[in-house]
Amino acid sequence: MMNETKNILLVGVGGQGIILTSKILSNALLNAGYDVKMSEVHGMAQRGGSVTTQVRYGKKVFSPIIGKGQADVLISFELMEAIRWIEFLKPDGKLIINDYKIPSAPILAGFAKYPENVLGTLKEKVHTLDFNAADKAKELGNLKVQNIIMLGALVKALELNDINWEEAIKDNVKPKFLDINLKAFNIGKSL
Amino acid sequence: MKKLLTGNEAIARGAWEAGVHVASAYPGTPSTEILENLALYKDVYSEWAPNEKVGMEVAVGASIGGARALTAMKHVGLNVAADPMFTYSYLGVNGGMVIVTADDPGLHSSQNEQDNRHFARHAKLPMLEPSDSQEAKDFMIEAYEISEKFDVPVLFRITTRICHSKAPVELGERTEHEVKDYQRNINKFVATPARCKVHHYELEEKLKKLEIFANTTKLNVEEINDDTEIGIITSGIAYQYAKEVFGDKVSYLKLGFTFPIPKEKITNFTKKFKTIYVIEELEPFLENEIKAMGINVIGKEKIPNIDELNPDIIAKALLNEELPKVEIKENKAVGRPPILCAGCPHRGIFFELSKKKDVVITGDIGCYTLGSAEPLNAMDSVICMGAGISAAHGFAKAFEKKGRKSKIFGIVGDSTFFHSGITSLLDIVYNKSNVTTIILDNRITGMTGHQENPGTGFTLMGKEAPQADIEAIVRALGVKHVKTINPNNLKESKELIDEYTKLEEPSVIITRWPCALKKFSEQDINEFNLKVEKYAVDSSKCKKCKMCLKTGCPAISFDPEIGSIIDQDMCIGCSVCAQVCPFKAIEKVGG
Repeated sequence: MMNETKNILLVGVGGQGIILTSKILSNALLNAGYDVKMSEVHGMAQRGGSVTTQVRYGKKVFSPIIGKGQADVLISFELMEAIRWIEFLKPDGKLIINDYKIPSAPILAGFAKYPENVLGTLKEKVHTLDFNAADKAKELGNLKVQNIIMLGALVKALELNDINWEEAIKDNVKPKFLDINLKAFNIGKSL
Repeated sequence: MKKLLTGNEAIARGAWEAGVHVASAYPGTPSTEILENLALYKDVYSEWAPNEKVGMEVAVGASIGGARALTAMKHVGLNVAADPMFTYSYLGVNGGMVIVTADDPGLHSSQNEQDNRHFARHAKLPMLEPSDSQEAKDFMIEAYEISEKFDVPVLFRITTRICHSKAPVELGERTEHEVKDYQRNINKFVATPARCKVHHYELEEKLKKLEIFANTTKLNVEEINDDTEIGIITSGIAYQYAKEVFGDKVSYLKLGFTFPIPKEKITNFTKKFKTIYVIEELEPFLENEIKAMGINVIGKEKIPNIDELNPDIIAKALLNEELPKVEIKENKAVGRPPILCAGCPHRGIFFELSKKKDVVITGDIGCYTLGSAEPLNAMDSVICMGAGISAAHGFAKAFEKKGRKSKIFGIVGDSTFFHSGITSLLDIVYNKSNVTTIILDNRITGMTGHQENPGTGFTLMGKEAPQADIEAIVRALGVKHVKTINPNNLKESKELIDEYTKLEEPSVIITRWPCALKKFSEQDINEFNLKVEKYAVDSSKCKKCKMCLKTGCPAISFDPEIGSIIDQDMCIGCSVCAQVCPFKAIEKVGG
């Protein structure tokens, strides 16, 4: 097992299933024999606010939170959120980004504009994998499985191929949604 | 086998393993999931109390009655519950008692970032501080042993990152403890002045014994390295951050038992190193204690006492190290503040209040604090639980002195009304102010993630319960003008607000509609029309006046070409926007 601790920062908007994604990821990592810590945000921050969870794994993990310039992977479930959290990514780290916009309250109310050319700006700076998980999820018939598409892409980027992800997903979703979630996972892995 | 548990889940598990019999608490981020998880163990009696003081007193009573008792609350909750705690520390326990305080450095979901370790010194209670989930569970078992051995309640101090971080935990089994015999003992448990003077002497003696214990307990451990340059004294989550930054290169004195501090152990440790850093989150609690011993240490002169601590801050402050990071200057992320959800039953009443001129609106703690934000912008103050009503009364008395005629509204939620709004409203009636109190009854405790309360008809353990009748309580307090309305009906809301604005007496408006995110009860389904309907904008009728945007609904956006657009995935059909639209451009889909 690697000695170094890996840092995954998951960001997005309340309601996008980020906490569930982190839960599947962390439990699978624990079962694979890693020390794991995962930190999440609750309460006031959940009401449509910016949401982050942090997953750290390795031989021995101390801090449950990731510092600036420390994330090996920044996985952003929403376009603009990637800019908000980009300084947490290692300059040679990977950005996985859902090319999907959720306007925040000041934008909806007309006080601010959604930033332009977000993807272009990010691609200039860091190694980026971008796709529209929302469209792919809609094609599968359920917008909610965006998060599992993201998980698939993350697993591929981390090269965590020895883990039985089918089991990990099965343990965390209702049986009637298992099939669509497995399809979503495989789409993510093929990106 | 190890399981990934949050600190809160681990504390619940630890309490169960410790044989806890009775637990009582009021929800509050970041502590809420402790009782939610404890309630899953059916051999423990767990309940939501109406507020933290009641929860503390229930635990005290259970402890005197011989049970192992637990109460848990967020940091500001301990302010509410401080009164019984300060006296119970004098009296001592029968069954063991643990008080969990969950502090919120960084104010993730709170109105201040007080450091409740000060309560340990102030109330003279032994204190434990776990640094991860495994310790959270194991220390809980230790806490009950300490409580019964030294005859004191124990303060168990955690912070947001402990509460809401998952880490592997090796589980144990429950050790059953019989509920101890109770015999009347008025010398111990009746807190009269003469007896409590004696108890104070006794408590000081207990603290001396606890300090000896602190020097020997395995809760306080040294991790010694050959290097004699740097020694670090730390506790709680700060230990993990320190280890992250300094790794095995330095030595540590990790304190899990932080009051009374282990003076002998600290003296011995500090002698071994040239430089001693005290790394702690928020206040210089350990640092001041150690400096008072005459030992020179470096702490808050380098590490700030404001905001949540993290490894970056420590690395920068003590090693002047910063990692390279990706910077994007040309493109800025727009803020994403929390907002009232699509279909939130608080939206309509705030929209009506936002149109009123010359009013003062005192708010309270809950989702509805968000009524203060743009574009609703309908709030003047938010202080603490209950102040939504009492501060309104204070405003009224100040304005009477000034001769100012502004109308004053006091806002409070259902759970907050039960928590500490009832006595506040009693003051309005008793001391006469013509405040209009608005009780937002969304049939659940919302912000903390949907906990039952005395008005919902269910207990924490899922049993049916009598429902407190808010309107009857309000009338019983002596309010003559009270009416319950559907807040999604803007016309009804506006008319009642206008009617009560004219009164020269106290009045109460109760808005009754379930939270849009609630898992509806059978009663909710029968009482309210909860079928999800969708509304959409007919763009041929939309005049782009942006009136609907003033409701602050996250489902509504605006395109200069098309006009307003309603996100069909988010809309649940509250119809507030349709009522607001002056051109009737918003219609029910398929209706």
